[in-house]
Amino acid sequence: MAAEGSAAPLAAGQLIDDFRLEERLHQGGMASLWRVTRVNSPPGAKPDPPLIMKVPRIKGGEDPATIVGFEVEQMIMPRLTGPHVPRFVAKGDFTRQPYIVMEHIPGETLRPRLDRAPLPVAEVLDIARAVAAALQDLHRQRVVHLDIKPSNVLFRADGKAVLIDFGLSRHEQLPDLLEEEFTIPMGTGPYISPEQLHYVRGDPRSDLFALGVMLYHLSTGRRPFGSPDSIRGLRKRLYVDPVPPRARRADCPPWLQELILKCLEIDPAQRYQSAAQLLLDLQDPQQIALSARAALLRRSGWLRRGWRWLFAHAPEAPAAAQSVAALAQKNPIVMAAVDVENAASALLVQLRDTVQRLVLTEPGARLACVSVMRTARIGMDERTDAQGQSRHLKQLVALKHWARPLHKALKLEEGRLTFHVLEAPDAATAIIEFARRNEVDHIVMGARGSRALRRYLGSVSSQVVAQSDCSVTVVRAQQRVVGE
Amino acid sequence: MKLAVLTDLHANREALEAVLEHARAQEVQRYALLGDFVGYGAEPGWVLDTARELVAQGAIALLGNHDEAALKGAPQNMRADAREAIAWTQRQLSPAQFDFLRSLPLTQREGAILFVHANAVAPGEWGYVRSRSDAVASLQAGGCQYLFCGHMHDPRLYYLSGTAKCGDFVPSDGVPIPVPAHRQWLAVPGSVGQPRDGNPAAAYAILDLAAQELVFHRVPYDHERAADKIREAGLPAWFADRLSDGR
Repeated sequence: MAAEGSAAPLAAGQLIDDFRLEERLHQGGMASLWRVTRVNSPPGAKPDPPLIMKVPRIKGGEDPATIVGFEVEQMIMPRLTGPHVPRFVAKGDFTRQPYIVMEHIPGETLRPRLDRAPLPVAEVLDIARAVAAALQDLHRQRVVHLDIKPSNVLFRADGKAVLIDFGLSRHEQLPDLLEEEFTIPMGTGPYISPEQLHYVRGDPRSDLFALGVMLYHLSTGRRPFGSPDSIRGLRKRLYVDPVPPRARRADCPPWLQELILKCLEIDPAQRYQSAAQLLLDLQDPQQIALSARAALLRRSGWLRRGWRWLFAHAPEAPAAAQSVAALAQKNPIVMAAVDVENAASALLVQLRDTVQRLVLTEPGARLACVSVMRTARIGMDERTDAQGQSRHLKQLVALKHWARPLHKALKLEEGRLTFHVLEAPDAATAIIEFARRNEVDHIVMGARGSRALRRYLGSVSSQVVAQSDCSVTVVRAQQRVVGE
Repeated sequence: MKLAVLTDLHANREALEAVLEHARAQEVQRYALLGDFVGYGAEPGWVLDTARELVAQGAIALLGNHDEAALKGAPQNMRADAREAIAWTQRQLSPAQFDFLRSLPLTQREGAILFVHANAVAPGEWGYVRSRSDAVASLQAGGCQYLFCGHMHDPRLYYLSGTAKCGDFVPSDGVPIPVPAHRQWLAVPGSVGQPRDGNPAAAYAILDLAAQELVFHRVPYDHERAADKIREAGLPAWFADRLSDGR
């Protein structure tokens, strides 16, 4: 299986297929990275971005993990698109010289920031948002990364996170070459999730666990489960919960502890059910519903741990993981855009009924109630003064009042219902941007009642329908009398 | 070159027509038909004539156990209703169609690819590939990079690494799967004429050898019409019913 070409060491200036090796950027245990340029660009082709070539280290008697992991990466990378992964350019065959050529994402990974931890809360929040958005995008493409850690996270100039190294990843619609190959759990010790220890390879919530480990470390400067180097050491996380972040860092806000510990839940069903749901909480952390987790100041007692230990050692197999894309889609985020200030009451009722039907049929759904508070286009208006604040608050109160029957009917537990008053000059743009930022799956909104108003003010809903990335339902109150 | 692999057609004209039309749209240049042209369905003659035309244009065609039964009579261990269908089939076929059946081989090899109806260990004994260990046995007996098997009606892909680790995978409709040649692959395309995995759509697969990619396809077809014909022919009604729920 070892490639012939890899017997001789690679050298700068060497040509591999259409690529010239320019400079070795990194030599790791598993692979080396080279800056490369394409030599025979087809005429008229778009100029390449800066490129790197990843070449696996293959020597005699090498751990097959390196080889199979590289094969997995070669399978998965060409299927991935979007800003949160390096763009795939080319790959080289295993029968000759295996390699992957991809877009070079310059800059540091998150790894060096661990040395500066604990980081300011605002910085942790920015990182959490960027990585959660990247994970949601990956999960939508039916891939679970399964090796999320600081050294696998890079950033684009605009702040978007880029995930790298798909050597342990699982694509739901491709064969899992790793599954049959190994008899030990696969992952990186500090970050590996409890279900990965049970050989579950395909649960997107495993990536949220790893993100939780990262956020814990960045917030407190300590690893929640240490760096165990034995299977036995790894398995401790099945029954010993981490020291609560607030016990390690006095100024850790309760909401941050809530979300970190929720990501670190042993049972995936107790975590955020999708990266998008985490992202939604991160938009407005003050609003995160606090549970008992937020108040913890020490880890659970020996009795509770002993109880969990018993279950962790029960011989039963873990429940089969649900499909990746299904989990990403099955827990949708529904956004109700409610014009509480202006809409007719009949429309508000109709809108609420529609939202209720939609959310009732999706037990995992989360509902974000959004109202736009229009502000002047130019200059600062009352936003900062007392009047503006009271307007904001009034709108929030009205929004919560509108949602009250929903709250009761759906018995929405912690965190499934959130409220947002957006301040913006243009309602449609604000709604579209909120939906995009929060990975909303479905917008429900009302149509303006009067045709005359629509004519003069334009239709907000038609702009939202035309420009948003997700499904949009426009609700219209039935009008018995057509008077115009 | 794109090669379409069709198997277990089972005298289902509507399914075969739909698959051939779908394959043409995918720019398939060549066909391999892994047998079981007859049995269960109402149009064995049309299916055999179509297969014969494809063979005249360079297609590969193999003998399946139902085809053998049509030639030699149903074996004692075949289920009673299947035997009844074989007897009915024998009454429908012309001498030329029997000649075509007689001309079919059990296996065919082409470069790195081996085609069989049932398995590569004992192709004429019609044993099923039901597990990873069955797949390993066939891949070792076949000594090829790519092995295509019919006989099993549910689509599946087995893969064997250089270190003799075998995995298996239920493919998704229309998703290309990279199948690099440094591994061995055993592909079961699933049945054209009688799918049994709960999805009534006809199953087949396309191998693109240059791109080293394999795609499993499901093609919806007018299974109600195919079922009506079975009832009209007086064949067991159960053969008709199962087409609509793919069981």
